[in-house]
Amino acid sequence: MAIEVRIPTILRTYTGGAKSVEGSGATLAELLGDLDSRHSGLRERLVDGSGLRRFVNVYLNDEDVRFLGGLETPVKDGDTVTVLPAVAGGRR
Amino acid sequence: MRYDSLLDSVGGTPLVGLPRLSPAPDVRLWAKLEDRNPTGSVKDRAAFFMIEQAEKDGLLAPGATILEPTSGNTGISLAMVARLRGYRMICVMPENTSAERRQLLGMYGAQVISSPAAGGSNEAVRVARRLADEHPDWVMLYQYGNEANTRAHYQTTGPELLADLPSITHFVAGLGTTGTLMGVGRYLREHVPGVAIVAAEPRYGELVYGLRNVDEGFVPELYDPSVLTTRFSVSSADALRRTRELLDSEGIFAGISTGAALHAALAMAAKAQAAGGRADIAFIVADGGWKYLSTGAYSGTLEEAEARLEGQLWA
Repeated sequence: MAIEVRIPTILRTYTGGAKSVEGSGATLAELLGDLDSRHSGLRERLVDGSGLRRFVNVYLNDEDVRFLGGLETPVKDGDTVTVLPAVAGGRR
Repeated sequence: MRYDSLLDSVGGTPLVGLPRLSPAPDVRLWAKLEDRNPTGSVKDRAAFFMIEQAEKDGLLAPGATILEPTSGNTGISLAMVARLRGYRMICVMPENTSAERRQLLGMYGAQVISSPAAGGSNEAVRVARRLADEHPDWVMLYQYGNEANTRAHYQTTGPELLADLPSITHFVAGLGTTGTLMGVGRYLREHVPGVAIVAAEPRYGELVYGLRNVDEGFVPELYDPSVLTTRFSVSSADALRRTRELLDSEGIFAGISTGAALHAALAMAAKAQAAGGRADIAFIVADGGWKYLSTGAYSGTLEEAEARLEGQLWA
């Protein structure tokens, strides 16, 4: 088992075109670090010095991680993480 | 119940329990039937309040033209009120919205200007802003930033919910203009300590979002994230599946965005049950399913319906 991470079209240049990739870690930050070791540059598109980038939303099992624990949100095998560009209702 | 006119009958909608979908006797789901408004959607509340406020502010005089970016329901509500009050109505609507909405708008005498499918509602907002600049005499009520939208729910939907369900622990609604969540959310937070305000955001397929840039997010001016407890992004497949469950289990024929709200409500119900607490979870049935029949959402298998819905806006 692993954690499935769904990647939007706009970022698939970092995953060789793959719609979803798998990774591991105990928190979202660890998961993104693990992904970046195989998909270099992906993490940088999602995170800046202060956390998740402004116009990026990340969902853990459909729930916005900003309302859970941000990059420190615990994740576990079998979870699904979805990365999306922010749309109507995104964060200001 | 008797009213002096149709507009006087806006709001006051039923709140019905969902005994079959509720997971436990003390974790209960409740549906607020906003399809029981004059034009069949929750948007009648905001449309009525926004036009009333614009009249008070002297922005609208008889014969005035109202312009609004809308994926349908707000346009239909505004067109109805505009018809009764003697205003001309122009809607900017993404071209990938259902045929029924266009027919309803035409029926109420509104003119429809189509905006490109790619970019969805955000593109409709851009087109409407450009038109407003070109026609300074047109009045754009702009539901995404109009405080009367939020106030409609603060003054009507919120108090109705609390009166019908004093034990409410969660409120769930779709996230579009954010008016319902902001208005009801603020009202409930003032009256119910610890209440959870939960947003269900539609997640469309790549045909709608694929062309968009990650840096182009649009945030409605009404949105204040501090009102929300949490926020869900619900795929078309899950929204469809829940819309059908609501019909099969409880007999409620709702639009597809209601399925998204139910999906989030059930996730919160599962969490409450796992935590061993009680919960009374109310969610908004924003409209009935009638306007979506042509999308094929209710016929054939879920997979077929999902394929037909690909690329269409359903909230």
